[in-house]
Amino acid sequence: MLTIKNLHAEVEGKKILKGINLEINKGEMHAIMGPNGSGKSSLASVLAGRDNYTVTEGEVWFNGKNLLDMSPEDRAREGVFLAFQYPVEIPGVSNINFLKTAVNEVRNYKGLPPMEAKEFLKLTKEKQQLVDFNTNLMNRSLNEGFSGGEKKRNEIFQLAMLNPSLAILDETDSGLDIDALRIVSNGVNKLRDEEKSFVVITHYQRLLEYIVPDFVHVLYNGRIIKTGTKELALELEEKGYDWLKETEHEKESV
Amino acid sequence: MINSNEIIDDIANKEYEFGFTTDIEMDIAPPGLNEDIIRFISAKKNEPEWLLEWRLKGFQAFKKLKFPKWQHFELPELDLQALSYYAAPKKKKQLNSLDEVDPELLATFEKLGIPLNEQKALTGVAVDAVFDSVSVATTFKGKLKEMGVIFCSFGEAVQEYPELVKKYLGTVVPHSDNIFAALNSAVFSDGSFVYIPKGVRCPMELSTYFRINAQNTGQFERTLIVADDNSYVSYLEGCTAPMRDENQLHAAVVEIVALDHAEVKYSTVQNWYPGDKDGKGGIYNFVTKRGICKGQSSKISWTQVETGSAITWKYPSVILQGDHSEGEFYSVAVVRNKQIADTGTKIHHIGKGTRSRIISKGISAGHGDNSYRGLVSVGPRAENARNFTQCDSLLIGNQCGSHTFPYIESRNKTAMIEHEATTSKIGEDQIFYLNARGIDSEKAVALIVNGYVKEVLNQLPMEFAVEAQKLLSITLEGSVG
Repeated sequence: MLTIKNLHAEVEGKKILKGINLEINKGEMHAIMGPNGSGKSSLASVLAGRDNYTVTEGEVWFNGKNLLDMSPEDRAREGVFLAFQYPVEIPGVSNINFLKTAVNEVRNYKGLPPMEAKEFLKLTKEKQQLVDFNTNLMNRSLNEGFSGGEKKRNEIFQLAMLNPSLAILDETDSGLDIDALRIVSNGVNKLRDEEKSFVVITHYQRLLEYIVPDFVHVLYNGRIIKTGTKELALELEEKGYDWLKETEHEKESV
Repeated sequence: MINSNEIIDDIANKEYEFGFTTDIEMDIAPPGLNEDIIRFISAKKNEPEWLLEWRLKGFQAFKKLKFPKWQHFELPELDLQALSYYAAPKKKKQLNSLDEVDPELLATFEKLGIPLNEQKALTGVAVDAVFDSVSVATTFKGKLKEMGVIFCSFGEAVQEYPELVKKYLGTVVPHSDNIFAALNSAVFSDGSFVYIPKGVRCPMELSTYFRINAQNTGQFERTLIVADDNSYVSYLEGCTAPMRDENQLHAAVVEIVALDHAEVKYSTVQNWYPGDKDGKGGIYNFVTKRGICKGQSSKISWTQVETGSAITWKYPSVILQGDHSEGEFYSVAVVRNKQIADTGTKIHHIGKGTRSRIISKGISAGHGDNSYRGLVSVGPRAENARNFTQCDSLLIGNQCGSHTFPYIESRNKTAMIEHEATTSKIGEDQIFYLNARGIDSEKAVALIVNGYVKEVLNQLPMEFAVEAQKLLSITLEGSVG
C-alpha cells in the first residue's frame, strides 16, 4: 500500500532524511521510534506534503500512485491522514463546519455528492462515541482553547470521521496524561481494521503498551537503522537508544 | 504543488467583476465647481428656493473648510474643478412605470443581479436604483404607499413631500459638517428618501443600488431616512462602478432620524471598483453617514461590508440622544492590492441608559492598508451608558498593514466602556492543517475568513448575507466566504 524507497529530504538546505526505505501493507500497524532530532516528524511532514521540505531523492508510492507528485490536499483525499503533533487553532471556524467541509471535499474528489445533513450528523454522533469525544467541543472553534489532550482527541476524532486508508500519528502521545493516553489509544484501537494501516510515531514505548504494533522501526540520523517486532520497543525502553547509536557509528566508521 | 503564498498572491490579485460600462446618452454638466453649476443643478431638478439657498450655504461652507490631515493615509490630490457635478441618463423625464426606463439601463442592473422588474423581484426587496447621480427606478412603490411608507428618489421627495424634507434635511449631518459633506450639500444630485410613518413596520427590505458609470463625474447622493414613532425599517445599499484609469470621487451623505421606539437597520455592501493591482483608478469613497436616535428607546444599527474602492474613508456614526436608545456598528472591511480603508464609527452617548456595540473586523491582504478609527464618547448626562467594542484585524501575507485608533471620552462616572482587540494572521500552518484534511488553499482561506466575519454577516438580511459571502470569496477566496 505504501512503499518508500530511498527517500531523502532536506529543510532549508539541511539534510534530514537520508535514505528511508519502508514497506507498509494493508491493515498493518507500524511504530517508528527514535531519539529527538532523528527525523521522525520530518518523515510524517514529507508524507503529508508540507512545503518547506524538499525531497531530493527517492520515491513514495501510495496505492500505486506517486504520492510525491500530489498536493497535500490530494494526498488527504487519496486517503493519507496525518494526526498532527501540534494541531493548530483556527478561531472562528467551528469544528463541525470544518469537518463537514473536509468530509465533503474528500467525497467530491471521489465523485460523490455532498453528504446530507442528517447523515452527517448521524456519522458525527457515531464517531464521537467511538472515540469518546466531548460533544461540547463540536461547536467550538477548531482547537481554539482546547487543552492539549482535547486537541489530540480531536485529531483521532477527525481520523474516525475521514476514515483514511493510511493514518500517520505524529507523537500523538506527547503531552498526554495517562488517562488521556488510554482514551486516545482506545480510539485508535477501535479504528484498526484490515483495510487501514497505521504509522505511529513515538518517542516512548509507553504508547505501544496500548497500541500494539506489528513492526517497530528505529529511526536514527535520517535512516531506519533497525526493524523488529514489539519486543524491540521493550528492548529500547530498557537500554535506551545509545546501544543502537553505537553500533550505527561502528558501522559508519568501518 | 502550489504553495500557499502563491494562492494568497493569486487571491490578492483577482480581477474586479463588475468593471463594464454602459453606453447611454448622458446629460453631463461641464466640469467645474461654482455657484452657477449649483444653480444649474437646482434648476434642472426644479427645486424650491429654500433648497437652492441651502445648497449655496453648503458651498460657502465648503469654500472655508480644509481637507483633513488626521487620516492614516496620504490624501491624493483632488482636482475638484476638473469634475463634472451632474450626469444623468438623457431620457430622464418623470418616469411613471418601469416600462419607460431605458432598456440599456435595465440590462445593466440585470447584469449586476438587481432585478428591477417587479414581477421578477420575488425576493420582496423594494429597490431604488441610482445610475450615476440619478435615481432611475423605484420598485414596489404602490405596495409601500398603501402602508404610508414613502420610498422614492430624493428629487421626487423634494417635489412631493417638501415639508418632510425641509424638516429633516441637514439635521443630522449639517451642511458645514466636513468638507465632503459640505460639497455634497452644494451639489448633491439625487439619492433616496424614506419615511416610515408612526407604528408601521416596513414589510420589506428597502434597497438602493448605486452605480457609477460616466467618466470624470463625482457622485454625490444624499439619503435621508426618517423613522417615526414605533416604526421599523431595514435598508440596504449596494454599490458598483466600472473600471476606469482615473480615480472617481464618491462623496455621499446619509442621514437617519429615529424617533421614539423606532428602529432603523442600515446595511451596506460596498464593492466600488478598487483600482487595478497597482492602485490605479478606483473610487475614492469619502462618505458621511450619521444617524440620530432622537427618540427614547430608539435604535440605529449600521452594518457594512466594504470590499471595494481605492480608498474607503467613512465613519457611520450614531448620536444616542434619546434616553435608553441604542446604537450598533458592525463592519467588515477588506483591503488588498493597494487599497486603503480608514473606517470605523463614532458613538455619542448623550441620553441616560444608552447602549452601544461596535464589532469591527478588518482584513488586509496584498499591500492593503486597513485602519479602524473609532470614538466612543459619553456625555455628562448619560447615566449608566454602556459600550462594548471589539476590533479585530486579520492579516493575509506579510506586505499588508493594519492599525487601530480607538478613542474613548467619558464624562460620566457611571459609564461602562469595554474595548477588546485582536490581531491575527492566516498562518501557513493553518492552511497546511486544512490542506492535510483535503481542503485546498483557496477554500482554506475562505473558511478562515468566513469564520472570522461571521458575527458581522449574521447582521445582514439573508439574501444580502449570501451576496456578501460570495463577494468576500470572490475578493479573497476563502478568507470571508
